[in-house]
Amino acid sequence: MDVLELKGIERTYRTGAVEVKALRGVDLTVGEAEFLAIMGPSGSGKSTLMNILGCLDSPTAGQYLLNGQDVATLNRGQLARIRNETLGFVFQAFHLLPRTTASENVELPLLYRDEQLSWKEIRDRAREALGIVGLGDRLDHTPTELSGGQKQRVAIARALVTKPRVLLADEPTGNLDTRTSLEIIELIQRLNDEGLTILMVTHEPEIARFAERVVILRDGLIRSDRRRTPLRAADSLADWSEESEDAMDEALGDRMETETTPPLEVGR
Amino acid sequence: MKISAVPYVALKALRRNTMRTLLTALGIIIGVGAVITMVGLGQGAGAEVEEQVNRLGQNVILVFPGERQLGGVSIGGGSANTLTVEDAIALREEIPEVVAASPEVRSQRVLVYGNRNWATPVYGQSHDYLQIRDWPIEDGRMFTEEEVGRAALVTVIGQTVVQELFEGSDPIGETVRVRGLPLEVIGVLAPKGMSLMGSVQDDLAIVPYTTGFQRISGRSHAMVLNVQVYNEESMDIARAKITDLLRERHRLAPNQDNDFTIQTQEEVAQVATETSRVMTWLLASIASIALFVGGIGIMNVMLVSVTERTREVGLRLAVGAKGPDVLLQFLIEAVILCLLGGLGGILVGVVATEVIASYAGWPALFSVEAMVVAVGVSAAVGVFFGFYPAWKASRLDPIIALRRE
Repeated sequence: MDVLELKGIERTYRTGAVEVKALRGVDLTVGEAEFLAIMGPSGSGKSTLMNILGCLDSPTAGQYLLNGQDVATLNRGQLARIRNETLGFVFQAFHLLPRTTASENVELPLLYRDEQLSWKEIRDRAREALGIVGLGDRLDHTPTELSGGQKQRVAIARALVTKPRVLLADEPTGNLDTRTSLEIIELIQRLNDEGLTILMVTHEPEIARFAERVVILRDGLIRSDRRRTPLRAADSLADWSEESEDAMDEALGDRMETETTPPLEVGR
Repeated sequence: MKISAVPYVALKALRRNTMRTLLTALGIIIGVGAVITMVGLGQGAGAEVEEQVNRLGQNVILVFPGERQLGGVSIGGGSANTLTVEDAIALREEIPEVVAASPEVRSQRVLVYGNRNWATPVYGQSHDYLQIRDWPIEDGRMFTEEEVGRAALVTVIGQTVVQELFEGSDPIGETVRVRGLPLEVIGVLAPKGMSLMGSVQDDLAIVPYTTGFQRISGRSHAMVLNVQVYNEESMDIARAKITDLLRERHRLAPNQDNDFTIQTQEEVAQVATETSRVMTWLLASIASIALFVGGIGIMNVMLVSVTERTREVGLRLAVGAKGPDVLLQFLIEAVILCLLGGLGGILVGVVATEVIASYAGWPALFSVEAMVVAVGVSAAVGVFFGFYPAWKASRLDPIIALRRE
């Protein structure tokens, strides 16, 4: 069954007398466990599309079916519930709460659950999610004590903690260096292998190469929608670290320590 | 949303900015502290006033000459000459409820002892005056009815006079002179402290009214009749009987007004407590302005906080918080701030009241009600001033909020 189905989605912004059509009839169907990259230049409507997919914004026209349900029929509270239970968000700027530990940041979505989870269950699930992203030993670190890549891992754990069906990632590697980006993509690919549907907005073609399907938006319309065999981030990481390690070894002697990605521990 | 998570999230948010939390709560601490202090001091002063009224004596009725305004406006004076010594005797003998009656005359005179002198009010009273005032003798004795009858040259003096004239040596049996009259000191009164009006009650000399009227004051009529009634229940009856008897004795026609005024100790007390009650309210309203300003401080900080935490709100909305969840969070934050301030304020208020009361020399009174009200009011201040910022936060658009840098 299709997880997401967009039919003729339009979104028009009105600023005074000027009308801006950000989306002009987007049709898109995303199936179970797909990894889809959305690309396009600035102003192409990527962000607007992402907001609509994330139930943060409603289309001016068209139909959006999420798990077969027409989102237009839902009220604000029901939309909040979908964002909480069905969708997971990852942002370019991480959006972690300052002066708050990793595990408390991850607990956050569970606090807004309609079902009343016990505090123990909330703690356990936060710890489990941080384990999945390889930060099981950083539970009590605050964002200032974490590197950029670690912050994004906490953010991913926060998205995973509700066990969503779809992960929406808006430029997840935009604030990270190449190697850390590869690590994040490798994590996302592993989650995708586990059956999570992933939609990722990116403007970097190198990053989009890791998705099995790439959609290119231009002027509010889908201009290209292609599938191909994706690169594996794990392989690139292996190559990358060999090359750079040789270079680094020469420069720094044996002081270099490679940060390795821990193996996937928790089955989903 | 998980219910126990509401205070949890609010507390976390407050702890993330401890300094600001404390400074904001300070406004409420000062406000509530001021209210508690002012009310405590006002009530303490009221209690002090009440105690002083009780010190006037038990079941006392005062009869003043002339028609006077009620409400205790003119306590002094006594210009009209309508009350006589015989009136006092008649009250005591003809009204069964009256157990004591003392015709009073008062004049400021210089007392001379050796080479020292001291100006003090000299009172002419009957032998039962101290019983009316519930005033014990510390040393020596009060003059007797027999001494009153023969206008004996004796006096009972207050503590201040003892200090001023005798400088601590034993005055009993010594002779003081007033207008050339030699008066033997036969008793010393126990100290009584300040009166309602703030004068020192211990600065006086009491002589038999027979001596006091003609020979010391040069007056023929009483300034006040001090009357004591058998018990509290008899006060009203006694009052009516006194009125009837005095009207009869003064031969007043039914259409004539009374030529005297009757005031009970209770009425004096009412005036005094009313005054202190008004003062308490006045002080409390001044203090509540401080509380109000503290509340505005809370609103200000919450508004700043909402603006500053726009991205946080956006994130919360994105991960599934509903508008009411965010509203509740900010509201509870404001309420917790105010409650913190309220508790701190009670502490500050109690300490301040104790300190001030110990300097002022009257009891510090704390009512549990005042504290409950203070905490309740501070919670209400939190809701009232926290609502607008909280509502603003809950109305944020998550898309815009998340983009905010």
